[in-house]
Amino acid sequence: MDVQALLLSLQLAGLTTLVLLALGLPLAWWLASSRFRLKFLVEAVVALPLVLPPTVLGFYLLAVLGPRTPAGRAWEAVFGHPFPFSFGGLLAASVLYSLPFAVQPFAAALAGVDRRLVEAAHTLGASRLGAFVRVMLPLAWPGVLAGAVLSFAHTLGEFGVVLMVGGNIPGRTRTVSVAIFDQVEALEYAAAARTAGLLLAISFSVLALVYAVQRPGVLRWNGR
Amino acid sequence: MLALVALAAAPVAARAGTPLSVAAAASLRGAAEELARAFEAARPGARVALSFGASGTFFAQLQNGARFDVFLSADREYPDRLVAGGLAAAADERVYALGTLVVWLPPGSPVDIAGKGLAALASPCVKRIAIANPAVAPFGRAAEAALRRAGVHEAVKDRLVLGTSVGQAAHFASTGAADAALLPRSLTGEGELAHGTVVPLSPALAPPIEQSALVLSGAREPALARAFLAFLAGDRARAILARYGYRLP
Repeated sequence: MDVQALLLSLQLAGLTTLVLLALGLPLAWWLASSRFRLKFLVEAVVALPLVLPPTVLGFYLLAVLGPRTPAGRAWEAVFGHPFPFSFGGLLAASVLYSLPFAVQPFAAALAGVDRRLVEAAHTLGASRLGAFVRVMLPLAWPGVLAGAVLSFAHTLGEFGVVLMVGGNIPGRTRTVSVAIFDQVEALEYAAAARTAGLLLAISFSVLALVYAVQRPGVLRWNGR
Repeated sequence: MLALVALAAAPVAARAGTPLSVAAAASLRGAAEELARAFEAARPGARVALSFGASGTFFAQLQNGARFDVFLSADREYPDRLVAGGLAAAADERVYALGTLVVWLPPGSPVDIAGKGLAALASPCVKRIAIANPAVAPFGRAAEAALRRAGVHEAVKDRLVLGTSVGQAAHFASTGAADAALLPRSLTGEGELAHGTVVPLSPALAPPIEQSALVLSGAREPALARAFLAFLAGDRARAILARYGYRLP
């Protein structure tokens, strides 16, 4: 069993989730509250990774962020290494790939918060950010948790994009799904079965936990 | 809706008749396509359906019951093991070409392989070297062996990026994502790769690889498959293979 690949995947999934919380919550907040006429276009872009095959995403990432392109050179200037075949590159690809899995539940949860409570916070002197952090987030908490866990689980199960831009480097870009693919292709079925079994157990536990805490009454401390 | 279904079904109906299904090593991509066209031209009514991938990938698929008529491997080991496993008869295996490994460098690369040999890959300007995954690709194994023989494997092993087959390794090289690649010569004359520099390796570092073709015992079209193998030994096929840089048995 490839423990290194499993740890790498867990690390990638964890960091992807953190980045998606940092970027996805503001985006979701905007999507949930904005009356911008062309908002539907942004919503469509956010949802694209749901329908695009990973090969398309991987192809464009390599075409746009390859070392010969201006964007690719900018990436190298900022991060000190080329985009393809690096952990940072995989992280960026995973953030894009899991974007809808975070933003859509976030936005749905934030939109479900009673506007009157937010307005009440404003009348009591809370700033927009203050009302978001102290009123909206606590009320939308189960949806935010669901989005975070889905991003984590989805990144853990990511395969096609990693295969397209990862380069299969042990310890850096060989994630657990690619390791299993390798083991199967090399006819190492026993090793593949152990790794796949462990991944199945982890994925099931994570999802079971989410559905468990989403049951009514478990995480709602507003007592509605 | 019905019209759509009819449209979707039309190409299938127009191509009735069983094609010869050939599993070909990714290193053969251009050559096998030409070979298939030449075979079809020589045998009116015959059609060849090609699938490309790493030889080891096909080996695994064939072990799991994949129904191909012909397997064109990039080595002899996989076909030999299929024969040993009873999936093909020894009489149905034939060496059709000898493939060679070369170093491919992008246009304008400062890496001096011609002067310094493979040791030049240890230079700091080489950040990534694309090879095929040695676990499934004979040319990946040949690449790793050449680096070991040249004594640079330790120095460069953290820079190796592994393609699922030589096809992906070539793709990494042609997009510039890798600074160098060890590829079969047969792929380096095509598309974007034709603009780069090809540096041959000495036979001591990279001995030519005998590649064999195999008619599988589960073939749906055994007669056509054997005709295809006989065709591979003929002058027309040999001329095509030679043009792709293969040496001939």
